[in-house]
Amino acid sequence: MSRLNRGIGSLLMDYAVPLIFIVISAAAIPLSGFSAAYLVQELLIRVGRNSFLILSLLIPIMAGMGLNFGMVLGAMAGQIGLIFVSDWSIVGIPGIVLAMIVGTPFAVVLGVLCGEVLNRARGQEMVTSYILGFFINGVYQLLVLYFMGWLIPISNPALVLSRGYGIRNAISLTGIRMVLDRLVPLKIGTISVPVATYLVIAAFCFFIVWFRRTKLGQDMRAIGQDMPVADSAGIPVNRTRVIAIVISTVLACYGQIIFLQNMGTLNTYNSHDQAGMFSIAALLIGGASVSRAGIGNVFLGVTLFHLMFIVAPMAGKNLMGQAQIGEYFRVFVSYGIIAIALVLHAWKRFRDRMEARRSLRGPAERREGA
Amino acid sequence: MLKKFIATAGWPRVIIGLFLFALFVAAPFVGVRISTSLSDTLVRFGMNGVMVLALIPMVQAGCGLNFGLPLGIIAGLLGATTSIELGVRGALGFAVAVGLSVPIAAVLGYGYGQLLNRVKGDEMMIATYVGFSSVAFMCMAWLLLPYKNPTMVWGYQGSGLRTTISVNEYWFHILSDFFSFKIGTFYFPTGMFLFFGFMSLLMWLFMKTKTGTAMTAVGSNPEFARASGVNVDRMRIVSVVLSTIFGAIGILVYQQSFGFIQLYMGPFYMALPAVAAILLGGASVNRATIFNVAVGTFLFQGILTMTPSVINSVLKTDMSEVIRIIVSNGMILYALTRKAQVKR
Repeated sequence: MSRLNRGIGSLLMDYAVPLIFIVISAAAIPLSGFSAAYLVQELLIRVGRNSFLILSLLIPIMAGMGLNFGMVLGAMAGQIGLIFVSDWSIVGIPGIVLAMIVGTPFAVVLGVLCGEVLNRARGQEMVTSYILGFFINGVYQLLVLYFMGWLIPISNPALVLSRGYGIRNAISLTGIRMVLDRLVPLKIGTISVPVATYLVIAAFCFFIVWFRRTKLGQDMRAIGQDMPVADSAGIPVNRTRVIAIVISTVLACYGQIIFLQNMGTLNTYNSHDQAGMFSIAALLIGGASVSRAGIGNVFLGVTLFHLMFIVAPMAGKNLMGQAQIGEYFRVFVSYGIIAIALVLHAWKRFRDRMEARRSLRGPAERREGA
Repeated sequence: MLKKFIATAGWPRVIIGLFLFALFVAAPFVGVRISTSLSDTLVRFGMNGVMVLALIPMVQAGCGLNFGLPLGIIAGLLGATTSIELGVRGALGFAVAVGLSVPIAAVLGYGYGQLLNRVKGDEMMIATYVGFSSVAFMCMAWLLLPYKNPTMVWGYQGSGLRTTISVNEYWFHILSDFFSFKIGTFYFPTGMFLFFGFMSLLMWLFMKTKTGTAMTAVGSNPEFARASGVNVDRMRIVSVVLSTIFGAIGILVYQQSFGFIQLYMGPFYMALPAVAAILLGGASVNRATIFNVAVGTFLFQGILTMTPSVINSVLKTDMSEVIRIIVSNGMILYALTRKAQVKR
């Protein structure tokens, strides 16, 4: 009986976060007063634009490295690619592909760096990758704000600040705006579906399913389960962990490019920051934990997260008379949800450890009693 | 000899120290006055010192770097705004702000400590997000709390606090100008230093008490501490409460010198410079002293003051922000990766 109770309890705990979100959204949708068609259209666009970024988080989780806060490194690499492509004014699908090609070497280098750093900070991967994101952000700013247009030639004056060097705050990506989304036009009623983007995402999902079955994928899962055992089984632990981070970083780079082609403008100095936080929050809202995440979590999470994103400001306005409240509520929820998910995970691990200890102690106590 | 010094101090500290030294040497040649720079550095030292001091107890108790410092800052902000709402001016107003924020900080810190006791080993990441989410939560609260004082509330709405509130008519420079003196362009904020000294003394005395020693024992070896009859969880909570209270007082000291209370997203990233400063002073993730605080705050604030003035006159651009980001996060990164190496 107690085992059954615990089963239900832990099930509830596993899905606590998505359940809370479903309840909040269910309450906020009628308050916001949006029509169903509008919500579906908005969700289709937003899910298409963010899924790829979130999927890039899965592989490090598989390798037991927690949430890769270092994915912002990949996002920065993608933005560097986009800056160059806009400078060379290459438009359409070739522009996107070229941006990916230019971004890849940056992402690989940053990924190797991130992996090496994380190998030196085992057990503290998340906080380290988080601070690394800030650090590389500084280097990125140095590169983009001071070196571009000075050491690195930028020919298009529309990109450069009026002082003669450094890239402008916002770059309009008119040449590649929504080219992927509109590659295969499809309209159902009033709702347009970005088919090509979803095809790319589907291909990526298949890649992840396939990757899990490869030798490398199995190695990563083994490392995620138990590092010392994996090590003694002859798996090159450090190398595999670096590879996991490199894959994640490169994919985050592509994800950011897909994200920005939908947005149509590149906020040179903020876009990547938001990418990291929102992706992680969305994944956790989907019921993923620090040690376990699947493709299902990604789609559930991104849908729920954006549902709230759309309805919260309007609901706040209708409920409190101020849209600003809904706006802050949204920020609060994104951070709060990461906090709650991290706490639940750490707490669960802590309890498991305690239980393991108690089960070792158990028989001895009974002997004393008898 | 030199090699040994670099090994013990760590190369990032040596580089940053040399960088600061170079800045001070270069200053006169590019037309930056040493006396003003030095006094700016000292003022900023006084402003930030207590907040950096707040990190000591948690590091010593093994809870890691307190990235959740914004929680303490929020308590300080609540005390400050309530004191202004009550309309108390001058030294009494400042005392009321401190008196109000300490109990708030104690309550918040207690809850925060309870939380951290349940997540041992993951404190730093969770602390970061506790800080962030509490700041975001307070953003809503600042809009809704029923403050009425016209100096603090948005004029045209009559409700909701402003993003920055001037303390000019209340307790501006109440500590800084206490016994302060001026020699030419050199200004020394004596009161702030006396206050920092007083708070350091309190911290030092506390660390020498039985509770303080037990706390350090918990940080050095929790199993051993438990075996010798120390209540590990209680000690950790004491350390978190103390850190939160110091954070609250720290922000009040900061505000009275700065002249403004920054609400909403203001406290968001305030933990990072404090953490970077204490690490720069030679602290590690599990050991920190008051000496580390003093040295680190001076070095860090020195760089923040000197880079804009010196680098700008050399390169004719403002690179200080980028340098600040790279220096502070580089320092934290170094400390985090170093801990694991020692373990292995």
